[in-house]
Amino acid sequence: MGEVREVRVSSVSQTFMKFFRGSSGPETIPAQGSQKLTRRSSGLGELSRTWDSAENLCVLDLGSTSPTNIRHFTEHGHRIYSEDLLTASTDPELLTKDEQGNAILDSRKFLADNLVYPAAHFDFVLCWNLPDYLDESLVKPVVGRLWSVLKPGGMLLAFFHTRDAGPDSPCHRFHIVGADTLEMQKIVLRREARRGPTGAVHTAVSEGFQLQRVFNNRHIENLFRDFASIKFFLARDNVREVLVVR
Amino acid sequence: MSTPASGLAQIGKSVVIKGELSGSEDLYLDGQVEGSIALKGNSLTVGPNGQVRASVDAKGVVVQGKLEGNIQASDRVDLRKSAIVTGDISTQRISIEEGAFLKGKVEIQRTDPK
Repeated sequence: MGEVREVRVSSVSQTFMKFFRGSSGPETIPAQGSQKLTRRSSGLGELSRTWDSAENLCVLDLGSTSPTNIRHFTEHGHRIYSEDLLTASTDPELLTKDEQGNAILDSRKFLADNLVYPAAHFDFVLCWNLPDYLDESLVKPVVGRLWSVLKPGGMLLAFFHTRDAGPDSPCHRFHIVGADTLEMQKIVLRREARRGPTGAVHTAVSEGFQLQRVFNNRHIENLFRDFASIKFFLARDNVREVLVVR
Repeated sequence: MSTPASGLAQIGKSVVIKGELSGSEDLYLDGQVEGSIALKGNSLTVGPNGQVRASVDAKGVVVQGKLEGNIQASDRVDLRKSAIVTGDISTQRISIEEGAFLKGKVEIQRTDPK
C-alpha cells in the first residue's frame, strides 16, 4: 500500500488524539440538518438487476446502519448484515506501533472483532467508500477478509475518489432509494453527551472521517488482484465506482 | 422516548440480573441483564438505560438502550434512535429509526398464507 499516493499524512495519531478526549467510542450520525443528495450509480444498477431477480441472497452492508437499506433488502426477501467498519476502526484499543515505532492500527485485533463470518457466506458486499476513509493499516487486511467471506462469483461494490476535493470529499453514508439511485448523507462524529455546569447537556460534534488517500486505477487493481474480475464506472462527481467479482 | 405503561412489569435501572429471565407478561427493562430472556407471546422493551447481554425470545422487542445478543421475535422488532444492538435479528416485521446502530443480521421470517 506504500505506493498509494497519500493526500493526508497518516492520520492515525491525530484521529486517536481526537477520540481519546472522550471516554467512550464515537457514534456516527448524519449531520444535523444536512441535505441528502441523490446520485445515480451504475454499479448499483448492475447489482440491482441480480438481486431483483433472485431470492434469499445474503448481503453485507459495511456502511453506517441504514434503515433504508435494511428495508430494501428485507422487502426483497434477502438477508442483510450490517456492520459499520469505519466506526469500529476508531476503537482506541486498536492503536499499536509498527517496528519503526509508527502509530498504526492492529489489523489482527480488528479482524478478530470484525468481519467474523464463515467463508463464502455473502452474495454481495456493499463497501461504499470504506477503502478511501479506512486507515492505511487496515485496508489490505480488510479486502483480504472480504474476499474470503464472498462466495465465488459474489460481487463487491466500492467507491473511490478520483481526486481529493478537500471539504468537498466528506464521508457519506449511502441509502438505496432506487434500482440505480443512492441517497448520500454526510457523516459527522458525535461524542458522548456531557452535562455542563448549568445542567445543560452538551454533545460534542466533530467533522466526520477524512479522506485518507486517492487510489488510481492501478492501485485499485492491485488491491483487488485476488478477485476474478474488476469493472470501473467513472461518475461525474469525481468518484470511480468499482464492481469486483470473486 | 416511550415510558413504561403503568401496570407493566418493570426492572429498574439499578437492578442487575444474571441468569435466565422468563415470564408470561410484557416487561420493561431499564436495568442490566446478562443471560437469556424468554417472553414467548409477550413483549420486551429495553429502556434507554437498559443494558442487555442476552439472547431474547419474545413476541415483540423494542430497544431504546443497549442489547448484545440475538433477538428472535415472533411478531416485530423496533429499534429506536438510541438503540445500540449487536446481534442477529429474526422477526416478521422490523422498524429501525434513523440513528439506531446495528451490527448483525436482519432476517425476515415469512408466514405462509393459510
